[in-house]
Amino acid sequence: MANRSTCAYCGVGCGIEIHTNADGTPRVEGDFEHPANFGKLCSKGSTLAHTLTDEGRLLHPMINGLRASWDQAVSYVANGLNRIIQEHGPDAVAFYVSGQLLTEDYYVANKLMKGFIGSANIDTNSRLCMSSAVAAYKRAFGEDSVPANYQDLEIADLIVLTGSNTAWCHPILFQRIKAAKLQRPDMKVVVIDPRRTATCEIADLHLPIKPGMDVALFNGLLGYLHANDKIDPDYIAAHCEGFDGALASARAEGDLSRIAARCDLSETDVATFYQWFAAIDRTLTCFSQGINQSSQGTDKGNAIINCHLATGRIGKPGASPFSLTGQPNAMGGREVGGLANQLAAHMDFDEEDVAKVSGFWRSPNIARKPGLKAVDLFDAVAAGKVKAVWVMGTNPAVSLPNAGKVVEALQKAELVIVSDCIETTDTSTYAQVLLPAAGWGEKDGTVTNSERRISRQRGAIAPAGEARQDWRILTDVAAAMGYGEHFPYKTAADVFREHAQLTTLNRNSHRKLDLGALDQITEAEYNGMAPVQWPTLPNIDSQRLYGDGNFSTPSGKACFIAVRCQGVSNPVSTEWPLALNTGRIRDQWHTMTRTALAPPLNAHKPEPFVEVHPDTATEFGLENNKLAHLQSPWGQAIMKVNVTDSMRRGELFVPMHWNDQWARGARIGELVNPSVDPVSGQPESKHTPCKAAAWQPQWTAIMLSRENLPLPKCDYAAKIRGQKFYRYELAGTGSTEDLMALAHKLACTEAKPSIEYRDSKNQNIRCAWLDQQGLVTCLYVGPGSSGIIANADRNWLASLFDKPALEPVERKALLSGKSPAGVEDCGRTICACFGVGEKTILKAIKQHNLTDAADVGKRLKAGTNCGSCVSEIKNLLQQAG
Amino acid sequence: MNTEGSKPKLVFVGNGMAGTRTLEELLTLTSEKYDISVIGEEHIGNYNRIMLSPVLAGEKTIENIILNDDDWYRLNNITFYKGEQAVAINRVKRLVTTSSGKHIPYDRLVLATGSTPFRIPVPGCDLENVLTFRDIKDVNRMLELSRHKQHTAVIGGGLLGLEAANGLRKQGMDVTVVHAYDSILNRQLDKTASRLLQHSLEEKGIRFLMNAATESIAGNDRNEVTRLDFKDGRHLDVDMVVMATGVTPNIQLAKSCGLQTDRGILVNDVMQTFDPAIYAVGECVQHRGQLFGLVAPGYDQARVCANHLAEMGIARYIQKALATQLKITGIHAFSAGQFDNVADSEEITFFDGQLGHYKKLVLVGNHLVGAVLYGDTQDGGWFFELIQQQTDISPIRDQLIFGKDFCQWPEQASNHLPEAA
Repeated sequence: MANRSTCAYCGVGCGIEIHTNADGTPRVEGDFEHPANFGKLCSKGSTLAHTLTDEGRLLHPMINGLRASWDQAVSYVANGLNRIIQEHGPDAVAFYVSGQLLTEDYYVANKLMKGFIGSANIDTNSRLCMSSAVAAYKRAFGEDSVPANYQDLEIADLIVLTGSNTAWCHPILFQRIKAAKLQRPDMKVVVIDPRRTATCEIADLHLPIKPGMDVALFNGLLGYLHANDKIDPDYIAAHCEGFDGALASARAEGDLSRIAARCDLSETDVATFYQWFAAIDRTLTCFSQGINQSSQGTDKGNAIINCHLATGRIGKPGASPFSLTGQPNAMGGREVGGLANQLAAHMDFDEEDVAKVSGFWRSPNIARKPGLKAVDLFDAVAAGKVKAVWVMGTNPAVSLPNAGKVVEALQKAELVIVSDCIETTDTSTYAQVLLPAAGWGEKDGTVTNSERRISRQRGAIAPAGEARQDWRILTDVAAAMGYGEHFPYKTAADVFREHAQLTTLNRNSHRKLDLGALDQITEAEYNGMAPVQWPTLPNIDSQRLYGDGNFSTPSGKACFIAVRCQGVSNPVSTEWPLALNTGRIRDQWHTMTRTALAPPLNAHKPEPFVEVHPDTATEFGLENNKLAHLQSPWGQAIMKVNVTDSMRRGELFVPMHWNDQWARGARIGELVNPSVDPVSGQPESKHTPCKAAAWQPQWTAIMLSRENLPLPKCDYAAKIRGQKFYRYELAGTGSTEDLMALAHKLACTEAKPSIEYRDSKNQNIRCAWLDQQGLVTCLYVGPGSSGIIANADRNWLASLFDKPALEPVERKALLSGKSPAGVEDCGRTICACFGVGEKTILKAIKQHNLTDAADVGKRLKAGTNCGSCVSEIKNLLQQAG
Repeated sequence: MNTEGSKPKLVFVGNGMAGTRTLEELLTLTSEKYDISVIGEEHIGNYNRIMLSPVLAGEKTIENIILNDDDWYRLNNITFYKGEQAVAINRVKRLVTTSSGKHIPYDRLVLATGSTPFRIPVPGCDLENVLTFRDIKDVNRMLELSRHKQHTAVIGGGLLGLEAANGLRKQGMDVTVVHAYDSILNRQLDKTASRLLQHSLEEKGIRFLMNAATESIAGNDRNEVTRLDFKDGRHLDVDMVVMATGVTPNIQLAKSCGLQTDRGILVNDVMQTFDPAIYAVGECVQHRGQLFGLVAPGYDQARVCANHLAEMGIARYIQKALATQLKITGIHAFSAGQFDNVADSEEITFFDGQLGHYKKLVLVGNHLVGAVLYGDTQDGGWFFELIQQQTDISPIRDQLIFGKDFCQWPEQASNHLPEAA
């Protein structure tokens, strides 16, 4: 029986079915009935089953590195939090949660912190992802409500994808657009992105905009629409406020040629974009991290929304500003209020809302003001103001900007609690208490995707070890802290029901969030719940919002926001001449705790890399496939260079994923500037000034091992999990005098290699360890960036781990690093002087009709030196004849 | 020049491998130029002397290793004085006198008299059952003794000594190799390969007495060998001894007719002695100070000598690096060129301890100058070519030791380069 659930990765929120194979192993397929994906899955979703493994899992609670029972751990956490609250007040504790949590988990965390601890110091990694979009929606519409849905992607006549590498980050949505465009070739796609990403495959127009200039581009558009009478004055008059101010602000950015120059775009291209936008009613503008992760992300969102408001294109079929969220439940988190600047259920900290929620929760101690947002939160930990932090299902030591400071903060905190399904993350290293959380395939609850669609996640397998659902852990801690009667939940459905009831407090307000039809949901109904968009009220079409022009503001009118382009907060300079951009790649997710477990996903981009334009590479002496040292005022990193003309000159792109579990020196968050958007608090992860130089290692190495060896502590390391092996790409500084000692250290063995190769001049060492079961480890290490290391045939070496034993020719070839494919088995040696084998001789005899030993000698030299083998050659001639 | 026939007379003294190869090379160039005679001491057509070891080991018969039988001489109109020894040369009359008193006239003479095994000059070295290993006679004697003797010592851990030891062991004898140095085949292998080889031979049941300098050989009252005594006081009870301690070029005949000799018969680059009518090839010659004990240089000399005998006059003998190969079934050892203490050299080594495969390549600059292979000798010939041709190996250095199949020269390889990742 298949178990229907929701994919654990991006914000598309695809439906999946978890099947069980005959051998008991799980298999994941797309759910054909789910309206997000209709059965399709991307590379990450297709390999979800690989992540249903106990490998690397945290299996039981730990206190100060020692195994503990749940009772011990829960009371340790509760006592610790209570003590700190008593001594330093509620604002001395904080939760840092995750868009990976389910709505139910989020709800309990939010209720505990805001309702009963009495602080709003709960923020989420959604802060890094979509808080600018949230803020922009709230400023414009009065509520964090996405007007569009996925069908709009198929019926729009113009899709503007801005700051979104949809092809890699929301692959299923990209496929839907691509399929629609095939059906209707007239449909136009404009991609606005400094990089020529994979998304540009379907672009009719690509605008490689200068980073940070989006407000100017969209303000220019607003000015253009106005100047060309393409605005909808009736709509503006009836449904909007603040148009004049926004227009004045927009016009001050300059005319089209000025805008093009500032954005470093061709005037023609900008004009084409503006003309298309002006002419095409069904225009959908999809935006993502390229807009959000900015010191002016909220303004960028509003600049986009302003253009849609001016043309009346909100919540209409194929026409809306559409934020594509990054995480599976970023939206659900926002719905319960899991951000420091929201209270609960889209309600805020005004007196009326506080009173409503306080009454509903029966919590006199409710927080009355916003708490600390992600970056500020960890700054406060570092400053000693926040003494206890509970991190749930996320990895801030990797993902937050200026990640080095986060590590410092974690080291400094009195109490660090981490609940995660993975035992060792860069963050859990600093925790006193580790709480094993159930993984996605084990969890029960709901998530909300980018189109406001609530889908069930249904556990398909039993939690690993003693792992528990996050809501249950929080419920237990709440009880141990003395709030048991307010946290009576026995099941996820209990939590969901209460959450739905809380949203109904919005019913008679201007807000749209209302799960009214679900507020009495039974256990059975909850278990069978089909995907549904909110608001969930009878007789309300919730496919799109605001199509009637009735917004969530007190006046019911949408707000134009007057914005001006400010560029980036830390521009490039002579000292820091390059602009660092960060983002996702196709086959990895966040900090790789799950995706790196799936061998197929590690093949696409196995190593951390920096993309750079050929001219910039030349200017800074960077070579393709060699290592580069990147440095910003906040940190440094080392990674492989990937020279590509898809980049703008003077800019770098580095994936956000790699961290100390899978790499050394590649934690790009260390470099990212900690400047944030003043409204949303979202960091500017898309632009950090930095510099780059070729990095010359003293030695480089490649190692493949059957064993999961610890990642060596060297300057550069990347660990890549394969089907039956782990691959290590390594480079370091330090002495190369005793390469054999280094080899032993890297391979974590004192045993003498079964096979070894040394070259005294190049000091090139190659070693292999074998046992009865075949190849254990092979290692190639040389000074500098040794050719053999770069050229070793990694695919062939990997294939050897599938074999129970090596063929003789493979064993001989092993340390050459090259496949013996094409090398003929020449058979038993006949002529020892010239190394001619039996099979070679027989082949030559047949091929050339040789009749005597002298002919064989002429052709193959065999038998022409000492002549010892002539009689055997004669035998072979007889045999062949 | 000649009085009776129309063709000049060419006489070979010696019917061994170098002499016969000279003759064969000549016949491929011209079969009409000379009346040819061959004087051969052994009572047999010519055979492949280096295959005597497999004969001793019982893996081959004498018939298997005959290169040219009596018919061959007849078919090629060669007068074959079988079982005769040349005892004198009259260079004025140009006559060779044989042991049976024949006087054979020549216009051109080729001396291919070979060499004689060296007997270490210690007391008792001429006792009964103290043998050497040179020809079919020696092999037959060893085979005969192996049937009723049990304990044998082979003095000399060189190629021939080890092959003799292996052969006698295969004939069921209890064999000890007595070697004056601390590693066997010390001129052909480095210490590592030598150690591996010794280990393999020990597994075959051969014992080794290393650093053993023979002081004397004792015998019984029937003058049969019974015991070896060494300078350090050790001793070994034996009933048979094979001396394989090198060879001495046979130069007596040349010397007695007044040709210039040193340790060997002196020849120039076209293999001519100081008498322009007389050539010399093989183990009896000394060329530019060097003596020769392997077949390969003998064959090279044969080619040069034949070229000049055919009056083509364009060949010149140049000494080349040498390769040696141990002929013991199941054991593969190869070496070529220089590999010990080479100035300014670098080494590439490969060692697979479980399989007992070892390779060492010695490089000077970008050239391969030496190779030692043990266990896997398949690429020996190719390494030898690279050494001889002084090929610049820098483009393939990283793959070199894995052999020809793994080394693509850049121009060939360029089609296969992977695309930049």
